[in-house]
Amino acid sequence: MTIDGGVGPVPAVKLEGVGKRFGRTNALRGIDLEVWPGERLAVFGPNGSGKTTLLRILAGLTRPSQGSVSIDGLEYRNNGRSLRRRIGVVAHHPYLYEDLTAEENLQFYGRMFGLAEIQPRVDDVLRRVGMERRRRDRVRTLSRGMQQRLAIARAILHDPDLLLLDEPDTGLDQEMSARIGEFLEDERGRRRTVVLTTHNLRLGVEHCDRFMILARGRAAYQGRNDGRDLAQLEELYWRHGAAA
Amino acid sequence: MEQQLSPAAIDEPAARGAVVAPPGVVARTVHGLNRYLREVGALLWKDLLIELRTRDAFVSMLVFGVLSLTVFNFAFELRADSVALVAPGVLWVAILFAGTLGLGRSFSHERERGSMEGLLLCPVDRSSIYVAKLLANIVFIVAAEVVLVPVFGSFFDVSILKPGIVAVIILGTIGFAAVGTVFAAMAVNTRAREVMLPILLLPILLPLIIASVKATGLLIDGEPWSATWAWVNLLIVFDVVYLVVSFLVFEYVIEDWG
Repeated sequence: MTIDGGVGPVPAVKLEGVGKRFGRTNALRGIDLEVWPGERLAVFGPNGSGKTTLLRILAGLTRPSQGSVSIDGLEYRNNGRSLRRRIGVVAHHPYLYEDLTAEENLQFYGRMFGLAEIQPRVDDVLRRVGMERRRRDRVRTLSRGMQQRLAIARAILHDPDLLLLDEPDTGLDQEMSARIGEFLEDERGRRRTVVLTTHNLRLGVEHCDRFMILARGRAAYQGRNDGRDLAQLEELYWRHGAAA
Repeated sequence: MEQQLSPAAIDEPAARGAVVAPPGVVARTVHGLNRYLREVGALLWKDLLIELRTRDAFVSMLVFGVLSLTVFNFAFELRADSVALVAPGVLWVAILFAGTLGLGRSFSHERERGSMEGLLLCPVDRSSIYVAKLLANIVFIVAAEVVLVPVFGSFFDVSILKPGIVAVIILGTIGFAAVGTVFAAMAVNTRAREVMLPILLLPILLPLIIASVKATGLLIDGEPWSATWAWVNLLIVFDVVYLVVSFLVFEYVIEDWG
């Protein structure tokens, strides 16, 4: 991907010296990161290591206390609207309205993202997450797993270049977790950049190209997958993340 | 230039790589306004549909308002000459207290499911969220007033359905909702949100309350519209000032939501 004028390739995500303080607590410290277009990055780390804060900064929901963040070579300060159009987010909350149906929720977000042809796109994403038969059910009647699938449909509705997934398999049973894996595998063919935070090392090792291990707000390890198996990743995780 | 924007057929000329609107400032302004109105329309549709299904705000406002009027009806045994003195205050206390209850619920759907963050992730102007919430709140309060005002008229034996009084009620409602929507957004993230909203809101509303009560009293008394002009002017100024200020500050109110 190039930016205006074809200067050359730019990372889909670039962080330089990013830190975030909440009062006297340093949630993130000196994070440098580059994710290239089409790459899938898994961010691991124990609870409180700063994974969610990192994703919120990437989504533009939280401003970093220091350092700079750019998405496709653009900073949020002057390009917030344009960048929000390029990003899809699956967070701890599904960002769905319980008293609207699955379809109505997607139609609403389609209008908010200014999609020209909303209904075909809604049909498409509902099909992708296997929710066509529940489209007219109100969200409050859906199980946690169904809501998570609908949250994924909402996040990819506008076909974003960058997909941010914050522990998408948390609280889901084995079948639903496997579906998240299938979704990630399907994304591989779409050349979408994905940043995923998870405690599920298997999900990361099977479906992501690169890893980052956060510990106490610092990037304790960054590296490529290079065909590692789960045991090797576990060893890395315990050495860099959990032991920090 | 190779700039990869979201390819999902986004309804924006630049994003689609198509020239739809003619060049020039006017065309850009018209296109921007259309887009803004579509955003407000989508947000308003969502709030009205949810309220139509849950009736959360309307029912609570209506029940509280009718109960207030009933209590006042028994508390004051009014003679004909004292009605104009007390009745306007009773009407506005019922509207404001019931309305505050409804305003307190106006962001509850966004808070309970974290949906405000979902809105903040959308490429929309933040002020469109305010405008849609304001319009929805005005609709809900007016819907409650459509029931409360006739009930008030029958309880206190007051001829209330006069154009002047209706105009004063509408002006008062707009100012009330303009301020109330912003304060509801601020209060909903506080621990004592049920108490916080009236504590924040009612002192700010004092000029509006005084002007509304005075103008309503004069009109109930049979005074001509011209006699209320000073109070109506105050209501108009209040509405304009707080609509503009609230529109401008709303973005900062929701900036660190969640």
